[in-house]
Amino acid sequence: MRAPGGPDARIGDVLLSVENVSLSFGGVKAISDVSLDIRKGEIRAIIGPNGAGKTSMLNVINGFYTPQRGRITFRGQTRSKMRPHEAAEGGIARTFQNVALFRGMSALDNIMAGRTLKMHKNLFWQLLRWGPAMAEEVAHRREVEEIIDFLKIQDIRRVPVGRLPYGLQKRVELGRALAMEPDLLLLDEPMAGMNLEEKEDMSRYILDANEHFGTTIALIEHDMGVVMDLSDRVVVLDHGIKIADGTPAEVKNDQAVIDAYLGVAH
Amino acid sequence: MHVEKQRPAGSALMHFLYLIFIDPFVQMAQAPDLLAQTLWEGLVSGMLYALIALGFVLIFKASGVFNFAQGIMVVFAALTLVGLYEAGVPAFLALALAIVVMFILAFVVERSVLRPLVGQPDIILFMATFGITYFLIGFGEIVFGGDPKVMITAPLYLPKGAITYHTLGGMVQLQKIDIAAAVIASLMVAGLAIFFSRTRIGRALRAVADSHEAALSVGISLEQIWVIVWFAAGLVALVTGIFWGARSDVSFALEVIALKALPVLILGGFTSIPGAIVGGLIIGLGEKIVEFYWGPLVGGGTDAWFAYVIALLFLLFRPQGLFGERIIERI
Repeated sequence: MRAPGGPDARIGDVLLSVENVSLSFGGVKAISDVSLDIRKGEIRAIIGPNGAGKTSMLNVINGFYTPQRGRITFRGQTRSKMRPHEAAEGGIARTFQNVALFRGMSALDNIMAGRTLKMHKNLFWQLLRWGPAMAEEVAHRREVEEIIDFLKIQDIRRVPVGRLPYGLQKRVELGRALAMEPDLLLLDEPMAGMNLEEKEDMSRYILDANEHFGTTIALIEHDMGVVMDLSDRVVVLDHGIKIADGTPAEVKNDQAVIDAYLGVAH
Repeated sequence: MHVEKQRPAGSALMHFLYLIFIDPFVQMAQAPDLLAQTLWEGLVSGMLYALIALGFVLIFKASGVFNFAQGIMVVFAALTLVGLYEAGVPAFLALALAIVVMFILAFVVERSVLRPLVGQPDIILFMATFGITYFLIGFGEIVFGGDPKVMITAPLYLPKGAITYHTLGGMVQLQKIDIAAAVIASLMVAGLAIFFSRTRIGRALRAVADSHEAALSVGISLEQIWVIVWFAAGLVALVTGIFWGARSDVSFALEVIALKALPVLILGGFTSIPGAIVGGLIIGLGEKIVEFYWGPLVGGGTDAWFAYVIALLFLLFRPQGLFGERIIERI
Protein backbone atom coordinates (compact mmCIF):
# COMPACT_ATOMS: atom_id res chain seq x y z
CA MET A 1 0.00 0.00 0.00
CA ARG A 2 1.36 3.38 -0.89
CA ALA A 3 1.25 6.46 1.28
CA PRO A 4 -1.14 5.09 3.89
CA GLY A 5 -3.25 7.96 5.19
CA GLY A 6 -1.73 11.40 4.98
CA PRO A 7 -1.55 13.64 1.92
CA ASP A 8 0.84 12.87 -0.89
CA ALA A 9 2.90 15.49 -2.63
CA ARG A 10 2.23 13.92 -6.02
CA ILE A 11 -1.45 14.56 -5.82
CA GLY A 12 -2.84 17.91 -6.82
CA ASP A 13 -6.19 19.49 -7.61
CA VAL A 14 -9.22 17.86 -9.12
CA LEU A 15 -8.54 17.07 -12.78
CA LEU A 16 -11.86 15.55 -13.65
CA SER A 17 -15.09 15.33 -11.77
CA VAL A 18 -18.31 13.61 -12.59
CA GLU A 19 -21.42 14.91 -10.83
CA ASN A 20 -24.73 13.16 -10.43
CA VAL A 21 -24.35 11.17 -13.60
CA SER A 22 -27.12 8.79 -14.58
CA LEU A 23 -27.01 6.54 -17.59
CA SER A 24 -29.56 4.02 -18.72
CA PHE A 25 -30.07 1.84 -21.76
CA GLY A 26 -33.80 1.60 -22.26
CA GLY A 27 -35.08 0.31 -18.95
CA VAL A 28 -31.70 -0.83 -17.68
CA LYS A 29 -30.03 1.58 -15.32
CA ALA A 30 -26.28 1.29 -15.78
CA ILE A 31 -25.32 4.23 -13.56
CA SER A 32 -27.57 6.01 -11.08
CA ASP A 33 -26.65 9.41 -9.77
CA VAL A 34 -22.94 8.78 -9.29
CA SER A 35 -20.43 11.49 -8.46
CA LEU A 36 -16.70 11.03 -8.25
CA ASP A 37 -13.58 13.01 -8.79
CA ILE A 38 -10.10 12.23 -10.02
CA ARG A 39 -7.21 14.29 -8.74
CA LYS A 40 -4.15 15.24 -10.67
CA GLY A 41 -1.35 12.73 -10.26
CA GLU A 42 -3.25 10.04 -8.41
CA ILE A 43 -4.08 6.47 -9.26
CA ARG A 44 -7.79 6.10 -8.83
CA ALA A 45 -9.39 2.68 -8.87
CA ILE A 46 -12.98 1.95 -9.76
CA ILE A 47 -14.06 -1.41 -8.46
CA GLY A 48 -17.26 -3.35 -8.04
CA PRO A 49 -18.88 -6.67 -8.90
CA ASN A 50 -19.72 -7.54 -12.50
CA GLY A 51 -22.37 -5.28 -13.99
CA ALA A 52 -21.69 -2.54 -11.47
CA GLY A 53 -21.31 0.11 -14.17
CA LYS A 54 -17.54 0.50 -14.06
CA THR A 55 -16.89 0.29 -17.79
CA SER A 56 -19.96 2.43 -18.44
CA MET A 57 -18.40 5.07 -16.23
CA LEU A 58 -15.17 5.03 -18.26
CA ASN A 59 -17.23 5.25 -21.44
CA VAL A 60 -19.03 8.30 -20.07
CA ILE A 61 -15.71 9.91 -19.16
CA ASN A 62 -14.20 9.46 -22.59
CA GLY A 63 -17.39 10.24 -24.46
CA PHE A 64 -18.46 6.90 -25.88
CA TYR A 65 -21.68 7.07 -23.86
CA THR A 66 -23.88 10.08 -23.36
CA PRO A 67 -25.36 10.20 -19.87
CA GLN A 68 -28.99 11.21 -19.56
CA ARG A 69 -28.29 13.36 -16.51
CA GLY A 70 -25.31 14.87 -14.79
CA ARG A 71 -22.26 16.93 -15.54
CA ILE A 72 -18.64 16.25 -16.32
CA THR A 73 -15.98 18.79 -15.43
CA PHE A 74 -12.59 18.31 -17.04
CA ARG A 75 -9.81 20.86 -16.58
CA GLY A 76 -12.34 23.28 -15.15
CA GLN A 77 -14.65 23.06 -18.14
CA THR A 78 -18.10 21.72 -17.40
CA ARG A 79 -20.29 19.95 -19.92
CA SER A 80 -23.19 17.55 -19.99
CA LYS A 81 -21.34 15.06 -22.12
CA MET A 82 -17.91 14.45 -23.53
CA ARG A 83 -17.29 13.65 -27.15
CA PRO A 84 -14.61 11.10 -28.02
CA HIS A 85 -12.51 13.59 -29.96
CA GLU A 86 -12.84 16.24 -27.24
CA ALA A 87 -11.67 13.67 -24.74
CA ALA A 88 -8.75 12.63 -26.92
CA GLU A 89 -7.77 16.20 -27.68
CA GLY A 90 -8.08 17.13 -24.03
CA GLY A 91 -5.56 14.45 -23.14
CA ILE A 92 -7.69 11.49 -22.09
CA ALA A 93 -6.35 8.17 -23.33
CA ARG A 94 -7.71 4.74 -22.62
CA THR A 95 -7.34 1.02 -23.01
CA PHE A 96 -10.14 -1.46 -23.41
CA GLN A 97 -11.39 -4.44 -21.45
CA ASN A 98 -11.14 -6.76 -24.44
CA VAL A 99 -8.07 -5.29 -26.11
CA ALA A 100 -9.02 -3.01 -29.00
CA LEU A 101 -5.88 -2.86 -31.08
CA PHE A 102 -5.49 -2.36 -34.80
CA ARG A 103 -4.95 -6.05 -35.33
CA GLY A 104 -3.58 -6.00 -38.84
CA MET A 105 -0.98 -3.35 -38.05
CA SER A 106 2.43 -3.85 -36.44
CA ALA A 107 3.03 -2.97 -32.80
CA LEU A 108 5.02 0.01 -34.01
CA ASP A 109 2.22 1.30 -36.24
CA ASN A 110 -0.29 0.82 -33.44
CA ILE A 111 1.75 2.97 -31.12
CA MET A 112 2.42 5.51 -33.89
CA ALA A 113 -1.35 5.75 -34.30
CA GLY A 114 -1.40 7.04 -30.73
CA ARG A 115 0.55 10.07 -31.99
CA THR A 116 -2.21 11.01 -34.43
CA LEU A 117 -3.25 14.12 -32.59
CA LYS A 118 0.34 15.26 -32.11
CA MET A 119 1.01 15.29 -35.83
CA HIS A 120 -0.16 18.25 -37.80
CA LYS A 121 1.35 18.29 -41.26
CA ASN A 122 -1.41 18.45 -43.79
CA LEU A 123 -2.56 16.08 -46.43
CA PHE A 124 -0.54 17.77 -49.15
CA TRP A 125 2.85 17.12 -47.54
CA GLN A 126 1.79 13.67 -46.53
CA LEU A 127 0.86 12.85 -50.09
CA LEU A 128 4.34 13.89 -51.16
CA ARG A 129 5.79 12.18 -48.10
CA TRP A 130 8.55 14.66 -48.18
CA GLY A 131 9.83 17.75 -46.44
CA PRO A 132 8.01 18.70 -43.24
CA ALA A 133 5.86 15.57 -43.14
CA MET A 134 8.93 13.37 -43.28
CA ALA A 135 10.70 15.32 -40.54
CA GLU A 136 7.60 15.08 -38.41
CA GLU A 137 7.36 11.35 -38.95
CA VAL A 138 10.96 10.92 -37.84
CA ALA A 139 10.54 13.05 -34.72
CA HIS A 140 7.49 11.11 -33.61
CA ARG A 141 9.13 7.83 -34.38
CA ARG A 142 11.80 8.78 -31.84
CA GLU A 143 9.19 9.38 -29.14
CA VAL A 144 7.55 6.09 -29.97
CA GLU A 145 10.84 4.23 -29.71
CA GLU A 146 11.17 5.56 -26.17
CA ILE A 147 7.81 4.10 -25.28
CA ILE A 148 8.82 0.81 -26.90
CA ASP A 149 11.94 0.76 -24.75
CA PHE A 150 9.95 1.67 -21.67
CA LEU A 151 7.57 -1.24 -22.22
CA LYS A 152 10.38 -3.58 -23.30
CA ILE A 153 8.72 -4.63 -26.52
CA GLN A 154 11.66 -3.92 -28.84
CA ASP A 155 11.67 -7.39 -30.32
CA ILE A 156 8.04 -7.35 -31.41
CA ARG A 157 7.78 -3.93 -32.99
CA ARG A 158 7.35 -5.30 -36.51
CA VAL A 159 4.93 -8.08 -35.61
CA PRO A 160 1.26 -7.61 -36.52
CA VAL A 161 -0.38 -7.34 -33.12
CA GLY A 162 -3.07 -9.89 -33.95
CA ARG A 163 -0.35 -12.52 -33.78
CA LEU A 164 0.94 -11.54 -30.33
CA PRO A 165 0.01 -13.32 -27.13
CA TYR A 166 -2.60 -11.63 -25.01
CA GLY A 167 -0.27 -10.23 -22.37
CA LEU A 168 1.84 -8.47 -24.99
CA GLN A 169 -1.27 -7.14 -26.75
CA LYS A 170 -2.27 -5.51 -23.47
CA ARG A 171 1.18 -3.97 -23.26
CA VAL A 172 1.03 -2.61 -26.81
CA GLU A 173 -2.35 -1.15 -26.04
CA LEU A 174 -0.87 0.60 -23.01
CA GLY A 175 1.90 1.84 -25.27
CA ARG A 176 -0.57 3.32 -27.72
CA ALA A 177 -2.35 5.12 -24.90
CA LEU A 178 0.96 6.43 -23.48
CA ALA A 179 1.97 7.65 -26.94
CA MET A 180 -0.81 10.21 -26.65
CA GLU A 181 1.08 11.71 -23.69
CA PRO A 182 -2.20 11.72 -21.82
CA ASP A 183 -2.99 13.75 -18.73
CA LEU A 184 -5.57 11.17 -17.76
CA LEU A 185 -5.20 7.54 -18.59
CA LEU A 186 -8.21 5.25 -18.29
CA LEU A 187 -7.33 1.57 -17.95
CA ASP A 188 -10.16 -0.92 -18.24
CA GLU A 189 -9.02 -4.11 -16.55
CA PRO A 190 -5.36 -3.83 -17.58
CA MET A 191 -4.53 -7.14 -15.92
CA ALA A 192 -7.53 -9.28 -16.76
CA GLY A 193 -6.53 -12.80 -17.71
CA MET A 194 -2.86 -12.37 -16.82
CA ASN A 195 -0.70 -14.64 -14.73
CA LEU A 196 1.03 -13.41 -11.61
CA GLU A 197 4.25 -12.48 -13.34
CA GLU A 198 2.50 -10.55 -16.10
CA LYS A 199 0.42 -8.76 -13.49
CA GLU A 200 3.54 -7.69 -11.65
CA ASP A 201 5.07 -6.39 -14.87
CA MET A 202 1.94 -4.48 -15.75
CA SER A 203 1.71 -3.00 -12.23
CA ARG A 204 5.28 -1.83 -12.61
CA TYR A 205 4.51 -0.07 -15.90
CA ILE A 206 1.44 1.59 -14.44
CA LEU A 207 3.34 2.85 -11.42
CA ASP A 208 6.24 4.03 -13.59
CA ALA A 209 3.92 5.86 -15.94
CA ASN A 210 2.32 7.53 -12.95
CA GLU A 211 5.59 8.45 -11.26
CA HIS A 212 7.86 9.34 -14.17
CA PHE A 213 5.39 10.94 -16.54
CA GLY A 214 3.05 12.22 -13.84
CA THR A 215 0.12 10.65 -15.64
CA THR A 216 -3.12 10.56 -13.71
CA ILE A 217 -4.62 7.09 -13.92
CA ALA A 218 -8.11 5.76 -13.41
CA LEU A 219 -8.29 2.01 -13.53
CA ILE A 220 -10.82 -0.73 -13.26
CA GLU A 221 -9.48 -3.95 -11.82
CA HIS A 222 -10.85 -7.08 -10.24
CA ASP A 223 -7.68 -8.26 -8.54
CA MET A 224 -8.06 -6.73 -5.08
CA GLY A 225 -4.42 -7.25 -4.21
CA VAL A 226 -3.40 -5.16 -7.20
CA VAL A 227 -6.00 -2.50 -6.48
CA MET A 228 -4.93 -2.13 -2.88
CA ASP A 229 -1.26 -1.95 -3.84
CA LEU A 230 -1.54 0.48 -6.69
CA SER A 231 -4.25 2.94 -5.95
CA ASP A 232 -4.39 6.08 -3.88
CA ARG A 233 -8.17 6.17 -3.69
CA VAL A 234 -10.85 3.67 -4.55
CA VAL A 235 -14.45 4.18 -5.53
CA VAL A 236 -16.81 1.21 -5.29
CA LEU A 237 -19.85 0.81 -7.51
CA ASP A 238 -22.58 -1.78 -7.19
CA HIS A 239 -25.59 -2.02 -9.50
CA GLY A 240 -24.80 1.43 -10.82
CA ILE A 241 -24.76 3.06 -7.39
CA LYS A 242 -21.74 4.37 -5.57
CA ILE A 243 -21.46 2.53 -2.28
CA ALA A 244 -18.06 3.65 -1.03
CA ASP A 245 -15.24 6.04 -1.81
CA GLY A 246 -11.96 6.45 0.03
CA THR A 247 -8.47 5.11 0.60
CA PRO A 248 -7.92 1.40 0.03
CA ALA A 249 -7.85 0.81 3.78
CA GLU A 250 -11.16 2.58 4.35
CA VAL A 251 -12.86 0.82 1.50
CA LYS A 252 -11.60 -2.60 2.51
CA ASN A 253 -13.30 -2.38 5.87
CA ASP A 254 -16.53 -0.82 4.64
CA GLN A 255 -19.51 -3.01 5.48
CA ALA A 256 -21.44 -2.10 2.30
CA VAL A 257 -18.44 -3.14 0.20
CA ILE A 258 -18.04 -6.43 2.00
CA ASP A 259 -21.75 -7.12 1.53
CA ALA A 260 -21.62 -6.27 -2.17
CA TYR A 261 -18.73 -8.61 -2.79
CA LEU A 262 -19.77 -11.49 -0.58
CA GLY A 263 -23.49 -11.17 -1.02
CA VAL A 264 -25.78 -10.55 1.93
CA ALA A 265 -29.01 -12.12 3.07
CA HIS A 266 -31.92 -9.73 2.77
CA MET B 1 -9.64 -20.98 -86.94
CA HIS B 2 -6.20 -22.54 -86.89
CA VAL B 3 -5.22 -25.30 -89.18
CA GLU B 4 -4.24 -28.42 -87.37
CA LYS B 5 -0.70 -29.23 -88.19
CA GLN B 6 -0.66 -32.83 -87.25
CA ARG B 7 -2.93 -35.34 -85.71
CA PRO B 8 -1.38 -37.69 -83.19
CA ALA B 9 -2.17 -41.27 -83.66
CA GLY B 10 -4.45 -42.79 -81.09
CA SER B 11 -7.84 -42.34 -79.61
CA ALA B 12 -10.09 -39.33 -79.56
CA LEU B 13 -9.00 -38.83 -75.98
CA MET B 14 -5.41 -38.38 -77.04
CA HIS B 15 -6.53 -35.88 -79.59
CA PHE B 16 -8.53 -34.02 -77.01
CA LEU B 17 -5.58 -33.90 -74.62
CA TYR B 18 -3.44 -32.69 -77.48
CA LEU B 19 -5.85 -29.84 -78.17
CA ILE B 20 -5.82 -28.81 -74.53
CA PHE B 21 -2.22 -29.25 -73.53
CA ILE B 22 -0.11 -28.95 -76.64
CA ASP B 23 -1.84 -27.25 -79.50
CA PRO B 24 -2.29 -23.83 -77.83
CA PHE B 25 1.43 -23.64 -77.10
CA VAL B 26 2.27 -24.66 -80.63
CA GLN B 27 0.08 -21.81 -81.83
CA MET B 28 1.79 -19.39 -79.45
CA ALA B 29 5.21 -20.42 -80.73
CA GLN B 30 4.17 -20.22 -84.36
CA ALA B 31 2.64 -16.76 -84.22
CA PRO B 32 4.52 -14.74 -81.59
CA ASP B 33 3.01 -11.49 -82.87
CA LEU B 34 -0.50 -12.72 -82.07
CA LEU B 35 0.70 -13.82 -78.67
CA ALA B 36 2.21 -10.39 -78.02
CA GLN B 37 -0.99 -8.69 -79.13
CA THR B 38 -3.07 -10.92 -76.87
CA LEU B 39 -0.76 -10.29 -73.92
CA TRP B 40 -1.01 -6.54 -74.47
CA GLU B 41 -4.79 -6.64 -74.64
CA GLY B 42 -4.77 -8.73 -71.49
CA LEU B 43 -2.54 -6.25 -69.70
CA VAL B 44 -4.74 -3.33 -70.67
CA SER B 45 -7.99 -4.87 -69.54
CA GLY B 46 -6.19 -6.21 -66.48
CA MET B 47 -5.17 -2.70 -65.62
CA LEU B 48 -8.70 -1.47 -65.88
CA TYR B 49 -9.85 -4.29 -63.63
CA ALA B 50 -7.11 -3.28 -61.24
CA LEU B 51 -8.41 0.29 -61.23
CA ILE B 52 -11.91 -0.81 -60.32
CA ALA B 53 -10.58 -3.15 -57.66
CA LEU B 54 -8.49 -0.31 -56.28
CA GLY B 55 -11.62 1.69 -55.53
CA PHE B 56 -12.94 -1.24 -53.53
CA VAL B 57 -9.66 -1.76 -51.68
CA LEU B 58 -9.52 1.88 -50.58
CA ILE B 59 -12.88 1.73 -48.90
CA PHE B 60 -12.35 -1.79 -47.59
CA LYS B 61 -9.09 -0.79 -45.96
CA ALA B 62 -10.64 2.12 -44.17
CA SER B 63 -13.95 0.66 -43.13
CA GLY B 64 -13.81 -3.09 -43.58
CA VAL B 65 -16.78 -2.73 -45.87
CA PHE B 66 -17.17 -4.10 -49.35
CA ASN B 67 -18.54 -1.06 -51.13
CA PHE B 68 -21.07 -2.39 -53.57
CA ALA B 69 -21.58 1.13 -54.89
CA GLN B 70 -18.10 1.38 -56.43
CA GLY B 71 -19.38 0.22 -59.82
CA ILE B 72 -22.12 2.80 -59.95
CA MET B 73 -19.69 5.45 -58.73
CA VAL B 74 -17.64 4.79 -61.85
CA VAL B 75 -20.72 5.32 -64.00
CA PHE B 76 -21.87 8.32 -62.03
CA ALA B 77 -18.47 10.03 -62.22
CA ALA B 78 -18.19 9.42 -65.97
CA LEU B 79 -21.77 10.59 -66.58
CA THR B 80 -21.14 13.75 -64.60
CA LEU B 81 -18.10 14.55 -66.70
CA VAL B 82 -19.79 13.87 -70.03
CA GLY B 83 -23.11 15.40 -68.96
CA LEU B 84 -21.45 18.66 -67.96
CA TYR B 85 -19.50 18.77 -71.21
CA GLU B 86 -22.65 18.20 -73.23
CA ALA B 87 -24.30 21.02 -71.30
CA GLY B 88 -21.63 23.34 -72.70
CA VAL B 89 -19.07 23.39 -69.90
CA PRO B 90 -15.47 23.40 -71.19
CA ALA B 91 -13.83 20.00 -70.86
CA PHE B 92 -11.30 20.76 -68.16
CA LEU B 93 -13.78 22.77 -66.13
CA ALA B 94 -16.15 19.79 -66.43
CA LEU B 95 -13.36 17.56 -65.17
CA ALA B 96 -12.75 19.83 -62.19
CA LEU B 97 -16.47 20.00 -61.47
CA ALA B 98 -16.74 16.21 -61.68
CA ILE B 99 -14.01 16.01 -59.04
CA VAL B 100 -15.96 18.45 -56.88
CA VAL B 101 -19.10 16.35 -57.34
CA MET B 102 -17.22 13.25 -56.19
CA PHE B 103 -16.12 15.16 -53.11
CA ILE B 104 -19.68 16.24 -52.38
CA LEU B 105 -20.80 12.65 -52.82
CA ALA B 106 -18.17 11.47 -50.30
CA PHE B 107 -19.27 14.16 -47.88
CA VAL B 108 -22.97 13.33 -48.21
CA VAL B 109 -22.37 9.59 -47.89
CA GLU B 110 -20.39 10.18 -44.70
CA ARG B 111 -23.04 12.46 -43.21
CA SER B 112 -26.17 10.61 -44.14
CA VAL B 113 -25.10 6.97 -44.27
CA LEU B 114 -21.87 6.21 -42.45
CA ARG B 115 -22.10 8.52 -39.47
CA PRO B 116 -25.42 7.15 -38.21
CA LEU B 117 -24.01 3.64 -38.55
CA VAL B 118 -20.77 4.01 -36.57
CA GLY B 119 -19.88 0.83 -34.72
CA GLN B 120 -22.54 -1.25 -36.47
CA PRO B 121 -21.57 -4.65 -37.83
CA ASP B 122 -19.93 -4.66 -41.25
CA ILE B 123 -22.87 -6.40 -42.86
CA ILE B 124 -25.09 -3.42 -42.02
CA LEU B 125 -22.67 -1.04 -43.71
CA PHE B 126 -22.45 -3.41 -46.66
CA MET B 127 -26.23 -3.32 -47.05
CA ALA B 128 -26.10 0.46 -46.79
CA THR B 129 -23.83 0.52 -49.86
CA PHE B 130 -26.61 -1.29 -51.76
CA GLY B 131 -28.85 1.59 -50.78
CA ILE B 132 -26.28 4.05 -52.12
CA THR B 133 -26.08 2.06 -55.36
CA TYR B 134 -29.78 2.17 -56.07
CA PHE B 135 -30.02 5.79 -55.05
CA LEU B 136 -27.25 6.71 -57.48
CA ILE B 137 -28.84 4.71 -60.30
CA GLY B 138 -32.15 6.53 -59.86
CA PHE B 139 -30.60 9.91 -59.25
CA GLY B 140 -28.22 9.52 -62.20
CA GLU B 141 -31.06 8.66 -64.54
CA ILE B 142 -33.10 11.63 -63.42
CA VAL B 143 -30.22 14.03 -63.94
CA PHE B 144 -28.45 12.59 -66.99
CA GLY B 145 -31.13 10.43 -68.59
CA GLY B 146 -30.78 6.75 -69.31
CA ASP B 147 -29.19 6.92 -72.77
CA PRO B 148 -25.61 5.82 -73.27
CA LYS B 149 -23.18 8.68 -73.80
CA VAL B 150 -19.85 8.88 -75.57
CA MET B 151 -16.82 9.60 -73.40
CA ILE B 152 -15.01 12.80 -74.31
CA THR B 153 -11.41 12.02 -75.13
CA ALA B 154 -10.23 14.60 -77.64
CA PRO B 155 -11.21 17.63 -75.52
CA LEU B 156 -9.26 16.14 -72.60
CA TYR B 157 -6.23 15.73 -74.88
CA LEU B 158 -6.26 11.98 -74.51
CA PRO B 159 -4.39 10.51 -77.46
CA LYS B 160 -6.18 8.70 -80.25
CA GLY B 161 -5.09 6.13 -82.78
CA ALA B 162 -2.60 3.35 -82.50
CA ILE B 163 1.10 2.64 -82.69
CA THR B 164 1.93 -0.28 -84.89
CA TYR B 165 5.11 -2.27 -84.46
CA HIS B 166 6.24 -4.57 -87.20
CA THR B 167 7.96 -7.19 -85.21
CA LEU B 168 7.98 -10.85 -84.30
CA GLY B 169 7.24 -11.77 -87.86
CA GLY B 170 3.99 -9.83 -87.94
CA MET B 171 2.63 -6.72 -86.31
CA VAL B 172 1.48 -5.62 -82.89
CA GLN B 173 -0.89 -2.69 -82.42
CA LEU B 174 -0.94 -0.60 -79.27
CA GLN B 175 -3.83 1.84 -78.81
CA LYS B 176 -2.45 5.16 -77.61
CA ILE B 177 -5.29 5.68 -75.16
CA ASP B 178 -4.41 2.36 -73.55
CA ILE B 179 -0.86 3.53 -73.09
CA ALA B 180 -2.14 6.74 -71.53
CA ALA B 181 -4.39 4.74 -69.23
CA ALA B 182 -1.44 2.58 -68.19
CA VAL B 183 0.72 5.57 -67.35
CA ILE B 184 -1.96 7.43 -65.40
CA ALA B 185 -3.08 4.32 -63.55
CA SER B 186 0.48 3.44 -62.54
CA LEU B 187 1.11 6.92 -61.18
CA MET B 188 -2.12 6.91 -59.23
CA VAL B 189 -1.51 3.47 -57.79
CA ALA B 190 2.05 4.26 -56.74
CA GLY B 191 0.89 7.44 -55.04
CA LEU B 192 -1.91 5.72 -53.16
CA ALA B 193 0.27 2.81 -52.08
CA ILE B 194 2.87 5.11 -50.53
CA PHE B 195 0.24 7.32 -48.97
CA PHE B 196 -1.46 4.38 -47.33
CA SER B 197 1.60 2.68 -45.95
CA ARG B 198 3.73 5.48 -44.64
CA THR B 199 1.80 8.51 -43.45
CA ARG B 200 -0.23 9.54 -40.45
CA ILE B 201 -3.46 9.68 -42.40
CA GLY B 202 -2.66 6.37 -44.06
CA ARG B 203 -2.11 4.82 -40.68
CA ALA B 204 -5.32 6.37 -39.43
CA LEU B 205 -7.19 4.86 -42.37
CA ARG B 206 -5.98 1.40 -41.52
CA ALA B 207 -6.68 1.99 -37.85
CA VAL B 208 -10.28 2.90 -38.56
CA ALA B 209 -10.69 -0.33 -40.50
CA ASP B 210 -9.53 -2.39 -37.53
CA SER B 211 -11.48 -0.82 -34.71
CA HIS B 212 -13.80 2.18 -34.62
CA GLU B 213 -13.67 2.48 -30.83
CA ALA B 214 -9.91 2.24 -30.56
CA ALA B 215 -9.50 4.75 -33.39
CA LEU B 216 -11.78 7.20 -31.61
CA SER B 217 -9.89 6.72 -28.36
CA VAL B 218 -6.64 7.93 -29.90
CA GLY B 219 -8.38 10.92 -31.41
CA ILE B 220 -8.72 9.80 -35.00
CA SER B 221 -11.71 11.51 -36.55
CA LEU B 222 -13.84 8.88 -38.26
CA GLU B 223 -15.71 11.59 -40.13
CA GLN B 224 -12.58 13.05 -41.69
CA ILE B 225 -11.13 9.66 -42.58
CA TRP B 226 -14.31 8.49 -44.25
CA VAL B 227 -14.65 11.61 -46.33
CA ILE B 228 -11.02 11.31 -47.44
CA VAL B 229 -11.33 7.66 -48.35
CA TRP B 230 -14.64 7.96 -50.19
CA PHE B 231 -13.28 10.93 -52.04
CA ALA B 232 -10.18 8.94 -53.02
CA ALA B 233 -12.44 6.11 -54.18
CA GLY B 234 -14.48 8.69 -56.11
CA LEU B 235 -11.34 9.96 -57.87
CA VAL B 236 -10.35 6.42 -58.77
CA ALA B 237 -13.90 5.90 -60.05
CA LEU B 238 -13.62 8.99 -62.23
CA VAL B 239 -10.35 7.85 -63.80
CA THR B 240 -11.74 4.36 -64.28
CA GLY B 241 -14.88 5.82 -65.84
CA ILE B 242 -12.90 7.89 -68.31
CA PHE B 243 -10.86 4.97 -69.60
CA TRP B 244 -13.60 2.36 -69.53
CA GLY B 245 -15.94 4.86 -71.12
CA ALA B 246 -13.41 5.50 -73.87
CA ARG B 247 -13.36 1.80 -74.71
CA SER B 248 -17.10 1.20 -74.75
CA ASP B 249 -19.50 3.96 -73.94
CA VAL B 250 -20.79 5.52 -70.77
CA SER B 251 -23.98 3.82 -69.69
CA PHE B 252 -25.46 2.23 -66.63
CA ALA B 253 -24.48 -1.15 -68.05
CA LEU B 254 -20.93 -0.32 -66.97
CA GLU B 255 -22.07 -0.83 -63.42
CA VAL B 256 -21.65 -4.60 -63.74
CA ILE B 257 -17.90 -4.17 -64.01
CA ALA B 258 -18.14 -4.03 -60.23
CA LEU B 259 -18.76 -7.75 -60.36
CA LYS B 260 -15.52 -8.23 -62.28
CA ALA B 261 -13.70 -6.63 -59.40
CA LEU B 262 -14.70 -9.43 -57.06
CA PRO B 263 -12.41 -12.12 -58.49
CA VAL B 264 -9.63 -9.54 -58.71
CA LEU B 265 -10.05 -8.76 -55.02
CA ILE B 266 -10.17 -12.41 -54.03
CA LEU B 267 -6.98 -12.98 -55.95
CA GLY B 268 -5.12 -9.95 -54.71
CA GLY B 269 -6.54 -9.68 -51.22
CA PHE B 270 -9.14 -7.17 -50.12
CA THR B 271 -6.72 -5.04 -48.18
CA SER B 272 -3.77 -4.77 -50.53
CA ILE B 273 -3.22 -2.06 -53.10
CA PRO B 274 -0.41 -3.96 -54.86
CA GLY B 275 -2.69 -6.99 -54.64
CA ALA B 276 -5.41 -5.19 -56.57
CA ILE B 277 -2.90 -4.41 -59.31
CA VAL B 278 -1.37 -7.86 -59.58
CA GLY B 279 -4.79 -9.50 -59.23
CA GLY B 280 -6.19 -7.30 -61.98
CA LEU B 281 -3.30 -8.05 -64.31
CA ILE B 282 -3.47 -11.80 -63.70
CA ILE B 283 -7.20 -11.87 -64.32
CA GLY B 284 -6.94 -9.66 -67.39
CA LEU B 285 -4.08 -11.65 -68.91
CA GLY B 286 -5.58 -15.00 -68.00
CA GLU B 287 -8.94 -14.11 -69.47
CA LYS B 288 -7.57 -12.96 -72.82
CA ILE B 289 -5.12 -15.82 -73.23
CA VAL B 290 -7.63 -18.47 -72.26
CA GLU B 291 -10.28 -16.98 -74.52
CA PHE B 292 -7.94 -16.74 -77.48
CA TYR B 293 -6.20 -20.09 -77.26
CA TRP B 294 -8.57 -22.34 -75.36
CA GLY B 295 -11.89 -20.57 -75.98
CA PRO B 296 -12.51 -22.14 -79.41
CA LEU B 297 -12.47 -25.60 -77.77
CA VAL B 298 -15.62 -24.82 -75.82
CA GLY B 299 -17.22 -22.49 -78.33
CA GLY B 300 -15.85 -19.26 -76.85
CA GLY B 301 -17.29 -17.04 -74.15
CA THR B 302 -14.76 -18.15 -71.53
CA ASP B 303 -14.10 -14.58 -70.44
CA ALA B 304 -17.53 -14.53 -68.84
CA TRP B 305 -16.59 -17.13 -66.26
CA PHE B 306 -12.86 -17.76 -66.26
CA ALA B 307 -12.12 -15.08 -63.65
CA TYR B 308 -14.59 -16.63 -61.24
CA VAL B 309 -13.00 -20.07 -61.60
CA ILE B 310 -9.64 -18.61 -60.65
CA ALA B 311 -11.30 -16.88 -57.71
CA LEU B 312 -12.83 -20.16 -56.58
CA LEU B 313 -9.47 -21.91 -56.67
CA PHE B 314 -7.98 -19.14 -54.61
CA LEU B 315 -10.76 -19.33 -52.07
CA LEU B 316 -9.97 -23.00 -51.64
CA PHE B 317 -6.24 -22.72 -51.25
CA ARG B 318 -5.37 -19.18 -50.23
CA PRO B 319 -8.45 -17.38 -48.95
CA GLN B 320 -6.57 -14.23 -47.94
CA GLY B 321 -5.42 -13.73 -51.53
CA LEU B 322 -1.90 -13.18 -52.76
CA PHE B 323 -1.15 -10.11 -50.69
CA GLY B 324 -3.98 -9.85 -48.21
CA GLU B 325 -3.38 -9.56 -44.50
CA ARG B 326 -3.03 -12.97 -42.95
CA ILE B 327 -6.23 -14.12 -41.38
CA ILE B 328 -5.18 -14.47 -37.78
CA GLU B 329 -7.39 -16.09 -35.22
CA ARG B 330 -6.13 -16.76 -31.73
CA ILE B 331 -8.22 -19.14 -29.73
